Amino acid sequence: MGGRNPVTWLGTPSFPKAAHDALGDTQLRRNLRKATTTIRGKRASAVAELADWERLRAAGAAIKDDVLANLDTYLVRLEEAVTARGGVVHWARDAEEANRIVLDLVRAEGADEVVKVKSMATAEIGLNEALEAGGVRAVETDLAELIVQLGDDRPSHILVPAIHRNRAEIRDVFRRRMAEPPASDEPGDLAEAARRHLRRKFLATKVAISGANFAVADTGSVVVVESEGNGRMCLTLPETLITVMGLEKIVPSWPDLEVFLQLLPRSSTAERMNPYTSVWSGVTPGDGPRRFHLVLLDNGRTATLADRVGRQALRCIRCSACLNVCPVYERTGGQAYGSVYPGPIGAILAPQLVDDPHDEQAASLPYASSLCGACYEVCPVRINIPEVLTHLRGKVVEAKGKRTPEAVAMAAAAWMFADARRYEVAQKAGSLSRFLARDGRISHLPWPGSKWTSSRDVPAVPKESFRAWWRRNRG
Amino acid sequence: MDDARGEILARVRAALADRPAPAAVVRDYERSRSVPDPVGLLVERVADYKAIVHRVAEAEVPERIAERLAARGVTTMAVPADVPGPWRAPGVTWLPDEPPLALAELDGVGGVLTGCAAAIAETGTIVLDAGAAQGRRMLSLVPDYHLCVVRADQVAVSVPEALARLEPVRPLTFISGPSATSDIELDRVEGVHGPRTLEVLVSE
Repeated sequence: MGGRNPVTWLGTPSFPKAAHDALGDTQLRRNLRKATTTIRGKRASAVAELADWERLRAAGAAIKDDVLANLDTYLVRLEEAVTARGGVVHWARDAEEANRIVLDLVRAEGADEVVKVKSMATAEIGLNEALEAGGVRAVETDLAELIVQLGDDRPSHILVPAIHRNRAEIRDVFRRRMAEPPASDEPGDLAEAARRHLRRKFLATKVAISGANFAVADTGSVVVVESEGNGRMCLTLPETLITVMGLEKIVPSWPDLEVFLQLLPRSSTAERMNPYTSVWSGVTPGDGPRRFHLVLLDNGRTATLADRVGRQALRCIRCSACLNVCPVYERTGGQAYGSVYPGPIGAILAPQLVDDPHDEQAASLPYASSLCGACYEVCPVRINIPEVLTHLRGKVVEAKGKRTPEAVAMAAAAWMFADARRYEVAQKAGSLSRFLARDGRISHLPWPGSKWTSSRDVPAVPKESFRAWWRRNRG
Repeated sequence: MDDARGEILARVRAALADRPAPAAVVRDYERSRSVPDPVGLLVERVADYKAIVHRVAEAEVPERIAERLAARGVTTMAVPADVPGPWRAPGVTWLPDEPPLALAELDGVGGVLTGCAAAIAETGTIVLDAGAAQGRRMLSLVPDYHLCVVRADQVAVSVPEALARLEPVRPLTFISGPSATSDIELDRVEGVHGPRTLEVLVSE
């Protein structure tokens, strides 16, 4: 336990560098502009149909705030309800622990292959890689996840991980990796190819792994919202179902879903309702899996909960509306964020889940925004993303406290001030810096001062220190 | 393994040391809505998803089932064992799911006929709860064609009204049109893993 949190990808450059590289990819920008423009228009009309949209948003935010404020109570209640209906509840403090629990469960079934429903939680913890290391193949069944998996690619969007690929690129991936390649790059043909590719897997695989969009604490009912029917296949055909769910996915009671089943589809795919929503409670004899395991995942969520401003990020229902309206996301794409959670929500969620102030890549994410506020306007649970962004920027500066040139300078000053002779020697050295200055300003200090002057000028140090002047004139 | 449960709950309580007291949940959104013709709205909204939908008189249901299956050229249909007898129209081989059909059998049928538990007019959604005339979940999933009969009294206008009619501890499936995906360029296309054709008879 206690390893690196895989929510951000090891070795990814910090956001400014990654964004700079992404901006050079014109195909990527075209693909993103087309997709996000399409969905923005549709979302606006889907939302406009509901006169009470703002009241639904307020209710959604309030329900989630109640869940967070009483999370311990609801978690225990959910555990009791799931257990009473024949499910088994597991608790995982971090990614490593969750992955080990799932791998052990799969092995106990004697399976070397599992089918997966698209799930952000399992992507966050790097479950597929952990299963593979343990000799278990995880087959992604959501179309976009399949495109990413077959293309040895990384996701770039919460809802549509392959949004950075257009139809022709998808066709090429399928041609390379499928026994029966698609007839053309028409979306219908691509969907048909995916259907044929996965059909036998669905009918034969004994273990499925899913995430959860919601779980009802009172009844132990788990909800998965999807489109293609791959979710239904995974949730009903296998003998064993393992669901990995972030702690915060709870809603207190069944009627609460009346809010979220309106907010989520209209915000994410801009539909009145998504094609399929499945709800199950424990195990139902004669219908669906005979064994059900629910893994409750912390992995940085309790650390996020501890931040009074930042905790609102845990209201997120993963709709991705904030990505689709973000001018920064539209230009850089999702991979530049270096996390399964890109875009505005990723910029506040990923660094909080990482919970390591010295992780430079994560610390760069709150700066991946122009603070235009479009994300806050569309968020169905009213997460004030700009507020959290600025709050996290403040924390970044504060955390750097002991290591930045500013802070080093302050510490050095304290040391110098403690001894008069040291102080004077240092002042003489300081006056040498005048040689670097033009017009009384210093634009380029040598390292470590360069970190300071890369973004600002420093007034040049006077020729003579006050102490030297004083000694010469009054001494 | 040490106590992950205890530690996580302790972390939650420590994180909430400031005792946040969020505002009460205000449910001033519209829980019910009245429309002049809920069935008409359902028909319109189901059709929006490119499902095939017909408004039929209750007494005509059996003959419309026969007509639709003949038009489609379907010869074998899976069916929950408890659908009303007259729904099993002549001219088709009916395979009741009792004893349970093998998965391979279900994969080979021309379609499945079910009733439903509720419908949501506003969103064009049909809800199955594995109750009367619906059978287990895989019945309406594996066949490529799903013919579903909705009674007018099962139609709720809004999402909140429909949820109030449902029992959450039953296995529930909300169906809004045939299977579809938005994964290619964020544009919806119909027909992936679930039934690629959804046909609905709304009886009144």
